[in-house]
Amino acid sequence: MKYQTQKIALAYFAVAMALFAVQVIMGLILGWIYVSPNFLSEILPFNIGRMLHSNSLVVWLLLGFFGAAYYLVPEESEREIHSPMLAYLQLLIFVLGTAGVVVTYLFNLFDGNFALGNEGREFLEQPKWVKVGIVVAALIFLYNITMTVLAGKKTAITNILLLGLWALALLFLFAFYNPANLALDKMYWWYVVHLWVEGTWELVMASILAFLMLKLTGVDREVVEKWLYVIAALALFSGILGTGHHYYWIGTPGYWQWIGSIFSSLEVIPFFAMMSFAFVMVWKGRRDHPNKAALLWSLGCATLAFFGAGVWGFLHTLHGVNFYSHGTQITAAHGHLAFYGAYVCLNLAIITYAMPALRGRDPFNQVLNMASFWLMSAGVVFMTFTLTFAGTVQTHLQRVNGEAFMDVQDQLWIFYAMRFGAGVAVVLGAVLFIYSVAVPRREIVTPGPLERDRIEHDPDHVAAR
Amino acid sequence: MTAAQPTARHDEKPKASEEGAGGLPGELMIWVLIISELVVFGAGLLALLATRLTDPAGFAEAQSHLHRVGAAVNTVVLVSSGYLAALAVRLAAARPGLARLLLILAAGLGAVFLAVKASEYAALFAQGIGTETHAFFTFSYLLTGFHAAHVLAGMVLLLLVAVRPAPRPVGVAAAFWHMVDLVWVLLVPVVYLL
Repeated sequence: MKYQTQKIALAYFAVAMALFAVQVIMGLILGWIYVSPNFLSEILPFNIGRMLHSNSLVVWLLLGFFGAAYYLVPEESEREIHSPMLAYLQLLIFVLGTAGVVVTYLFNLFDGNFALGNEGREFLEQPKWVKVGIVVAALIFLYNITMTVLAGKKTAITNILLLGLWALALLFLFAFYNPANLALDKMYWWYVVHLWVEGTWELVMASILAFLMLKLTGVDREVVEKWLYVIAALALFSGILGTGHHYYWIGTPGYWQWIGSIFSSLEVIPFFAMMSFAFVMVWKGRRDHPNKAALLWSLGCATLAFFGAGVWGFLHTLHGVNFYSHGTQITAAHGHLAFYGAYVCLNLAIITYAMPALRGRDPFNQVLNMASFWLMSAGVVFMTFTLTFAGTVQTHLQRVNGEAFMDVQDQLWIFYAMRFGAGVAVVLGAVLFIYSVAVPRREIVTPGPLERDRIEHDPDHVAAR
Repeated sequence: MTAAQPTARHDEKPKASEEGAGGLPGELMIWVLIISELVVFGAGLLALLATRLTDPAGFAEAQSHLHRVGAAVNTVVLVSSGYLAALAVRLAAARPGLARLLLILAAGLGAVFLAVKASEYAALFAQGIGTETHAFFTFSYLLTGFHAAHVLAGMVLLLLVAVRPAPRPVGVAAAFWHMVDLVWVLLVPVVYLL
C-alpha cells in the first residue's frame, strides 16, 4: 500500500462482505422456499426475501466498486484521496440507508408514506429518503474521486472508471421518475439497473480488470490501455441499445424487437473481448505475481462473465426465443451466472488483490481463498445448469403446452432441490472466502510436490505467498 | 490515444506515420466503430431477408410503396459526396483550403440526401404508412432511419474536421463517411429493389 488513504477501501470491503453474507444466506432461504414453499411464509414472505436478496447484492457490489475506486485511484493518480473524511461519511450514509431499507422491508413500516414508505417498484422499492441518501452519497463519492483524479495523473484506467461511475450515478436519477403510464414506467425503470449492468458497470469492470492485469501480469500500460478503450467502446456500442431487449413486451413499438435483438446479440462481443484480454495479458505477461489467488479470480471473472452474461444472455435475447422463455427459470439461470461472473468475481478479485496490502499481512493463506473460488464457482455453475434445465422444461410445459404455472412448478421440484444443493455450496464458498481474507494472519502453507518442483526448476516462477 | 506506437515494430512501409491500426489509415477506434456498424446493418438486412421468407407476397406489395427513383437519386448523391470526401483526404496536407471546401460540399450533399429522404418519409406518412403497418415497413423505417441518423452524424464529423483540415482527422471522418456510403449501397438492393 503506497498511499495511506487506500486504507479507506478496507472499510468499504468489510461492509461489502457483510452484505455479501446477507445476500447468499437470503438466497439459500429463497432456494429452500422453492423446495418447500410454505417455509417462513408468515415471517418472511417470498417477495420480501427476494427484495433483500437482489438489493443486498446490488448494494454490496456498489460498495465493492467504491472500495475498489478508493484503492486504485490513489495508485493510478499518484496522490492521496481528496478527503478521507468525506469517504467515511459516504459509507456511513450507505450503511444507514441500507439498514433503513432492511427494516422498512421486513416490517413494512410507513406503508404508503411519500418519503418513508416502500415505493413498490421492483428493485427500486427503496423509500424516497433512502434514494435521496444514495444520491447524496454518490455525489460525495464522485466529488471525492474526481477531485483526486483531477489533481493527479490521468490514466486510461481512471478515465474509463470515472466515465462508468458518473454515468452510473446519473442513471440512478431515473429512479425518481415514476410515470403513471405502466409502459413508460417500465421503460425508465430499465434505465437504472439494466443500463448499469449492460453499460456503465461494464466500464467499471473493464477498468478494474485492466488495473488488475496491469499489476498482476506486468504487461505494458500502453497495451492494456488499447484493450481497455476498445472494450469500453464495444460495451457502450452494444449495451445502450441492447437494453432494448427489455422493451419487447412492455407496450413499446414493435421495432424495439429488432433493435433489442440485434444490439443485445452484440453484447457478447465486449465480454468475449474482456475474456481474451485477460488471457492474452497473462500469456504475454512477464511478471509472475505472488498473489495467485487474485489472478485466479480475475481470470474466473472474465471467463464466467463471458458465459453468464454473454452466452447465457444470448440464449434468450432474440425476441423469437424470448417470446416463449420470458420470465422463466432461463432468466434466473442467466441472472445468477452473469452477476456472479461479471460483478461478484470482479469484486472478489480486487478484494483478494488488495487485502494483503490493506491489512499488512504478507504472506497470507491463499489456498483457502483459491478453494473458495472453485467451491463457489462450481456451485453457481451447477445452479445455472439446473435452472437452465428447469427453464427449458418450464418453457415447454407452460408456454408451449399451456399448462398452469403452479402445475408446472410442481414438476420442476427436482431441479429446485438440486439448485438448493448448489446454493449450499455457494454459501460455504462465500463463508470460506470471507474467512480467508478476514481471519488468517501470516500463515505459510507448505508447498505441495508440484509447487516444490516448479520452485526448484522454473527460474521465472515466484511462489505464492 | 496511443494508437500510433505499437505499429512501429512490424510495419516497415515508408508512410508509417499515417498508419495507426496495424496498416489501416486513421485511428483504431474508428475501425472498431466501422466494423460494429457493418455488423449491425448486416444483421438487420439478414433479418429482413429472413422475415421476408415468411410472407414474400406481402413484402413485395409493401415494397411497391417505396420511392425507387428517390433511392436512385440518393445513391448518386451519396457516392458523389464520398468521392468529394476522398479527394479532401488526398488534398488535406497540400491544400487545406481546397480540402475544407470539398468537405463542406460533401456535407452539403449529405444534406441533399436527407432532404430527399425526408420527402420520401413524408410521402409514406401521407399514405398512412407507419412502422407498424407491415413487418416490411418496420425494417425499412428502422434500417433507412438508422442510416439517415448516421448520415447526420457523418455530416457533423465532416464539418468538424473541415474547421482545420489535417490528414489524420480528415482521414478518420472520410472513413466513417465511406462506411455510411457502403451501408447505403447495401441497403438499396435489399430494401428498395429485391
